[in-house]
Amino acid sequence: MNSKVTNRIALSVIVLCAAAMAAVLISMLGYILVKGLSSISWHFLTTSASPFMPGGGIKDQLWNSFYVLFITMLLTVPIGVCGGIYLAEYAKPGKITSFIRTCVEVLASLPSIVVGMFGMLLFVNYFGFKYSVLSGALALTVFNLPVIVRVTEDGFRALPRHQKEGGLALGMTHWHTIKTILLPAAFPSILTGIILSAGRVFGESAALLFTAGLSTPDLNFENWNPLAPDSPLNLFRSAETLSVHIWSVNTGGIMPDVDTIANGSAAVLVICVLIFNLFARMLGKIINQKFSGK
Amino acid sequence: MIKNRITSNAGSALGGGRSPLINEKNFFARLTDRRSESRGKALIYCSALLMIIAVTAITLFLTLQGLRSFVVDHLNLWTFITGTEWYPDRANNPSFGAFPFIFGSLAVTFLAALIATPIAIGTAIFMAEIAQKWGTKIMQPVIEILVGIPSVVYGLIGLSIVAPFMRQHFGGSGFNLITGAIVVGVMILPTVASIAADSIRAVPDSLRQASYAIGATKWQTIWRVVIPASGSSLITAIVLGMSRAFGEALAVQMVIGNARNLPGSILDPAATLTTIITLSMGHTTTGSVLNDVLWSLGLILLLISYVFIVIVRYLAKRGEVR
Repeated sequence: MNSKVTNRIALSVIVLCAAAMAAVLISMLGYILVKGLSSISWHFLTTSASPFMPGGGIKDQLWNSFYVLFITMLLTVPIGVCGGIYLAEYAKPGKITSFIRTCVEVLASLPSIVVGMFGMLLFVNYFGFKYSVLSGALALTVFNLPVIVRVTEDGFRALPRHQKEGGLALGMTHWHTIKTILLPAAFPSILTGIILSAGRVFGESAALLFTAGLSTPDLNFENWNPLAPDSPLNLFRSAETLSVHIWSVNTGGIMPDVDTIANGSAAVLVICVLIFNLFARMLGKIINQKFSGK
Repeated sequence: MIKNRITSNAGSALGGGRSPLINEKNFFARLTDRRSESRGKALIYCSALLMIIAVTAITLFLTLQGLRSFVVDHLNLWTFITGTEWYPDRANNPSFGAFPFIFGSLAVTFLAALIATPIAIGTAIFMAEIAQKWGTKIMQPVIEILVGIPSVVYGLIGLSIVAPFMRQHFGGSGFNLITGAIVVGVMILPTVASIAADSIRAVPDSLRQASYAIGATKWQTIWRVVIPASGSSLITAIVLGMSRAFGEALAVQMVIGNARNLPGSILDPAATLTTIITLSMGHTTTGSVLNDVLWSLGLILLLISYVFIVIVRYLAKRGEVR
């Protein structure tokens, strides 16, 4: 076979691979959205789930998902950003720094179910938080921390050197330079990363299974006292999130409209993740344009 | 923004402007406050320390809890790992053989990699070498968005499309090892493809130009020059995909059939470490033998994850040296 024929064949195979990839992913996304959108209605989004009867909605699960996400971000962002600043600004090359880097890497690649088991051991059992919003959020913090650390470090490293030097030349301390010059400048790229990681946290399920639980108490959406057991804001109640709901409905659901609920929930989940992604990308683009002055 | 304010104010203050920020009380003291520096430093170091604590705590807690079944319940480590009989609730003589789950996990991981690798690498080459323009503009962003699709959604797709398809064409329930591998394989496709594309793009252009200059065709350039040059990072992409496949729990659990026996073929239902933990953990009481054994399975999961991490690090180091 001469090399031109081989070239043709091999290149067509590669194009075929790409086409197969595109076909699989697009048809999958299309299937979820088309199937799911038909079962999404205002009623579906604003009714509580019913364990036996058809016609249940996902109001509580949707709320739980956003609430757990919010608490997780509240815990992750300060710690993660500080950790990233350490690696970008304070870390001196050496054994400790490379050990911290290894730790970040390990945290990033641990299976989420292992994080969930750890959360169950420490937060649920040892600290006695039971299955709760707080346990779930703490487990997800462990899971999300490395992402924020990396994003922050990359954001700081991408800054031009003269900004830092300018600050230091004014006689400002290192910390003050970071606080008033570097952090605001790196903020846009960090924010983009945070939103992207929010999409990941929003869809996470295995880590929440043993920490936030598989059930939700009857929530009273008029009671906003965070200490009341039926309050949506209560940190110590169990909280089934949307992605856990999809799983539990499919494995143990006995309501007759399992398919509708599962498809609708999946569509809502995917749409939320897509919105997070597109929003982050748009933000990144706008800020990039603003900074590059185009 | 804040930077501008400070510098412009300081500038105009020095030039005798109307905003004498520099004359403000404690202006320099605030900028050069040593105590604020040490407070900030403490905050930063605590956060960094927390990372070490998290990893140490996870490893320590899971190890201690995972060793309980051998230390407290006196199970034999060897029969636990190699035993194929999983009858935890048998009244007399319950047996805990974890081999089917270890085997299931590894089988799903490797089959998924086998399914995903050709398509993902092909796509990566397509994006980075053949159709660079809309490869980077359209495909790469779409693939990166797909990385973020939650795994339960993949499980649901497997449940409603792949499993019925397998049932129709290969008989049985449709919930089997290969269905699980297909679902996970599709799940890791975007991950592997986007990392692989990045590593192909990192190959310097001069290599390609040299190859074309001596008359090589596009394919010869890709096969003989680009792929060897990006070699270890391509393998890194695959290993990262495999470690994701290995740790996946719910998507696999929904389609693999959850059998306790060793699967005889890829069309038999099976179970993995993650699925058995997912299924049984909620039904056990803390301190029971079954509960301890599940923690041991978790420990095995953790250890094998560490193996993946070590492999990735080794590959990264080798990539640096070259």
